[in-house]
Amino acid sequence: MTRETVFNAVVLAALAIVPLWAHVTGELFTITLATRAVILALAAVGLNIALGLGGLVSLGHAVFFGIGGYAMGILASHAQNYTPLMEWPFLIDGTKSMPVIWLVAIVLSALVAFVIGLLSLRTSGVYFIMITLAFGQMFYFFSISWSAYGGEDGLSIYVRNGFPGLNTLVPIQFYGLCFAILALVLLFAAKLQRSPFGLALNAARQAPDRVETVGLNPMRLRLLAFVLSGAITGLAGALFADLNRFVSPTMFSWQMSGEIIVFIILGGVARLFGPVVGAVLFVALEHFLGDLSDYWHIYLGFLLLGVVLFARGGVIGMLLGREKAHD
Amino acid sequence: MSLILLIEQMLNGLQFGIMLFLMAAGLTLIFGVMGLINLAHGSLYMIGAFCAAAVAGLTGSFVLGLIAALAGAAVAGALVELVVIRRLYAKDHLDQVLATFALILIFSEGTRWVFGSFPLFLDIPDFLSGPVTLPGGIEYPLYRLTLIVVGLLVAAGLFLLISRTRLGIQIRAGENDREMIAALGIDIAKLYTIVFALGAALAGLAGALVGAIQSVQVGMGEPVLILAFVVIVIGGIGSIKGALIGAILVGLTDTLGGIFLPELMKLFFAPATATSIGSSLASMAIYILMAAVLVLRPTGLFGARP
Amino acid sequence: MKKTLLAAVAAAALGISPALAEPVKVGMITTLSGGGAGLGIDVRDGFMLAVKQSGNEELEVIIEDDQRKPDIAVQLADKLVQSEKVDVLTGIIWSNLAMAVVPSVTAQGKFYLSPNAGPSALAGKGCNANYFNVAWQNDNLHEAAGAYANVAGFKNTFVLAPNYPAGKDALTGYKRMYKGDLAGETYTKLGQTDYAAELAQIRASGADSVFFFLPGGMGISFLKQYAGSGVDLPVVGPAFSFDQGILQAVGDAALGVKNTSQWNKDIDTPVNKAFVESFQAEYGRLPSLYASQGFDTANLLLSAMAKADVNDADAFRSALEEADFESTRGQFKFAPNHHPIQNIYVREVIKEGDIYTNKIIGTALNSHTDAYWSECNM
Repeated sequence: MTRETVFNAVVLAALAIVPLWAHVTGELFTITLATRAVILALAAVGLNIALGLGGLVSLGHAVFFGIGGYAMGILASHAQNYTPLMEWPFLIDGTKSMPVIWLVAIVLSALVAFVIGLLSLRTSGVYFIMITLAFGQMFYFFSISWSAYGGEDGLSIYVRNGFPGLNTLVPIQFYGLCFAILALVLLFAAKLQRSPFGLALNAARQAPDRVETVGLNPMRLRLLAFVLSGAITGLAGALFADLNRFVSPTMFSWQMSGEIIVFIILGGVARLFGPVVGAVLFVALEHFLGDLSDYWHIYLGFLLLGVVLFARGGVIGMLLGREKAHD
Repeated sequence: MSLILLIEQMLNGLQFGIMLFLMAAGLTLIFGVMGLINLAHGSLYMIGAFCAAAVAGLTGSFVLGLIAALAGAAVAGALVELVVIRRLYAKDHLDQVLATFALILIFSEGTRWVFGSFPLFLDIPDFLSGPVTLPGGIEYPLYRLTLIVVGLLVAAGLFLLISRTRLGIQIRAGENDREMIAALGIDIAKLYTIVFALGAALAGLAGALVGAIQSVQVGMGEPVLILAFVVIVIGGIGSIKGALIGAILVGLTDTLGGIFLPELMKLFFAPATATSIGSSLASMAIYILMAAVLVLRPTGLFGARP
Repeated sequence: MKKTLLAAVAAAALGISPALAEPVKVGMITTLSGGGAGLGIDVRDGFMLAVKQSGNEELEVIIEDDQRKPDIAVQLADKLVQSEKVDVLTGIIWSNLAMAVVPSVTAQGKFYLSPNAGPSALAGKGCNANYFNVAWQNDNLHEAAGAYANVAGFKNTFVLAPNYPAGKDALTGYKRMYKGDLAGETYTKLGQTDYAAELAQIRASGADSVFFFLPGGMGISFLKQYAGSGVDLPVVGPAFSFDQGILQAVGDAALGVKNTSQWNKDIDTPVNKAFVESFQAEYGRLPSLYASQGFDTANLLLSAMAKADVNDADAFRSALEEADFESTRGQFKFAPNHHPIQNIYVREVIKEGDIYTNKIIGTALNSHTDAYWSECNM
């Protein structure tokens, strides 16, 4: 058991215990905050597969976050208005069932990631960063002017969607759902890191030429990583829309993309729990610093600056020291 | 759509592009020479505008305001470089992104703390106001013409700097091989500070010049920052020529796209829908342009070939 | 940001004020940081001035900053309703944040008093018994501009607004009242700062007037560029581009422009005069229409508190509907959809000494309601 595994277990346990305690003491808002942190962590875990493992710095990952959100918004709004989405060539009704919505969000995000990846992965470095940003901006401006689904005003979904067997309106139950999903995805990411695919991807990040000489195609590896990453962030988007019962173009904004990257760097790049720690920390800071002053962004800025300059490897790196070469 | 209108719109696109060039030139220099992604460049633009507004408000002189903008932004840039940026060169791009993102927060709220939440007043000087009649009967605002001229002068100055001066040689060498010039005895630290301050001054100048005809408010720099990144990516990182061509391309695409796309859509749709769809397409136009350029030329038009 | 303010320390000197059993908790979610903070700060300052002047100790106000982000606004609303157990919410400036928060807040049985945002959805089909709008319905000021355009003899207006729902509503509102032709209709990009292209279009279109809705920095940019462009047509727009906070940044370029508003500092009633004076004394600046809206919202709430117990929802609602208070714009009355029936004035931008401000030059619409009230099934 390395230090990191122990640390990860502690974080996971804390994420389970604190909201339960809040539920018992009636502090409903803490549960809402925790849900927000967990969902944002999920988005960042998704990005980390591309960024930490694959070395692909995507400044447009909010595209998938927004696609997931709008998948939920469009399906649910048609359901709550009792109008079908499409009548020809085949009938598609809206739905308020979470599993169906998640499936749609994941598949759509994966498809879009495939297309964006095909076009963008021809570039590298800061060019890759910018082309992913460009796609993000395209979706953002498109959604603002798409008045059928609210445009900049966004879409309100009055009642949270349903999950079989649970009452999702109860905060702790919805939290439990999100937490379970995060835990499953983390397990998946951990397995992925150790799998042949993960090892090859890691190698492609560090020494792409050598990987080619061995007979693997770095481009294909990266594309697959990008697709997986987009799908997971898309799922997070659908959950986020459900949490807020609202979806709007800000989910596509470059500021959102930037925030997701900030979570990862804050927590520690390429650490399994880096995105989780980063998201939890950021949400907590956002909430508590706000009490200090109207200009609390300044304090947040100094704190982030301090982490970058003095904490090597993000917060986890600061707490645990440099990562060992292998287990 | 008359010829006069078309020419006027092209001038507008050109002017927009040239102002973008001021931002992009600094950004591409900083990235090309120092390998640093500087998200805080937009904040330097804002600082320039606020310095100009403050000084022009106190003294009543636009020219003094411009000088204040150049000085203020350069000083802010040098300070930031010495205190923060210096520690980032060795780190990877992600750390630079986070650190400069933090700087945006600090500068934005700091400016709001010093100057308040309402926009500031900055106006063009009387001797530059009003329209001028160009050959062909085109009436064009004198100030915008001045911007085009100033921008082109700056571009010429930069070209001269890069190609004819010692500093320029050091910059070009530094873009090529950082370690080598350090080994040859050039004071890298001082070079970097100078380049950063130069980039900052250009951004501050752009902020002051543009702020006179737009709004001087907190957060004014971020939209321009995004556009500047688009420009340097299209043009190719590290290339001033690329920044100029990229900027003009972006300026023309944005301006002409905004006019022609709605008109184009009217061929296919009813007027109200056409205007709406056309406007959406127009907002996405420059990003579509950038994506297209990158798909065809993954390192931009004039960037280093991989 | 959480500032809990208790209006005046109670101590022993109670008893004279109408016996009000339950203290009322108000949650104010508004924009206090970032670029658009000026509006939220004005609303908050107006609201708190009224609270302070009333000396009412039964009112507790919790103020939060939504940073102009819809998801933060939703989160804060959840916190205020679930944790702080507020009775009434208020404060939101922007329509998109309002659409995110108001439906779920009212569905949970809480009252929402809007001091600014007035989206048409909430005035028509989406209206709710617990939702009251103290400012206007979004289209009102634009409709007034259209009405004024007819009176001023405009026959061929060029209209422009940003390409987002509020922008489209603005042009719809103007066209609803305006009877002339349109020389051109342009949707600009949200956040656009360079209007040279649009100005060239206006010049080439043969228009005799210009109507625009460009809130915040967009309007400042447009006006400055308009003034320098040589296009010399009369301009009309809603007050959003000409409020007290923005005018100082635009300067001479705004002089002479006509704008429509339901309030101005020179409305000649004792209540309004006292408001303007006390606001200036308290905060060192002239109030804007947003400040007046915040002030009126607080007074509406206080008037209801004096008549009914907030825990008796039906009684409190009736008390709110009565709107028995003196507003800064004179007589205040609600339509059946809980939006104001009021006059909308035409103002002209002038310079008083060193300060740019507005002066009322006429009334565009009398006792005007909104276009959506008939769709409301309350």
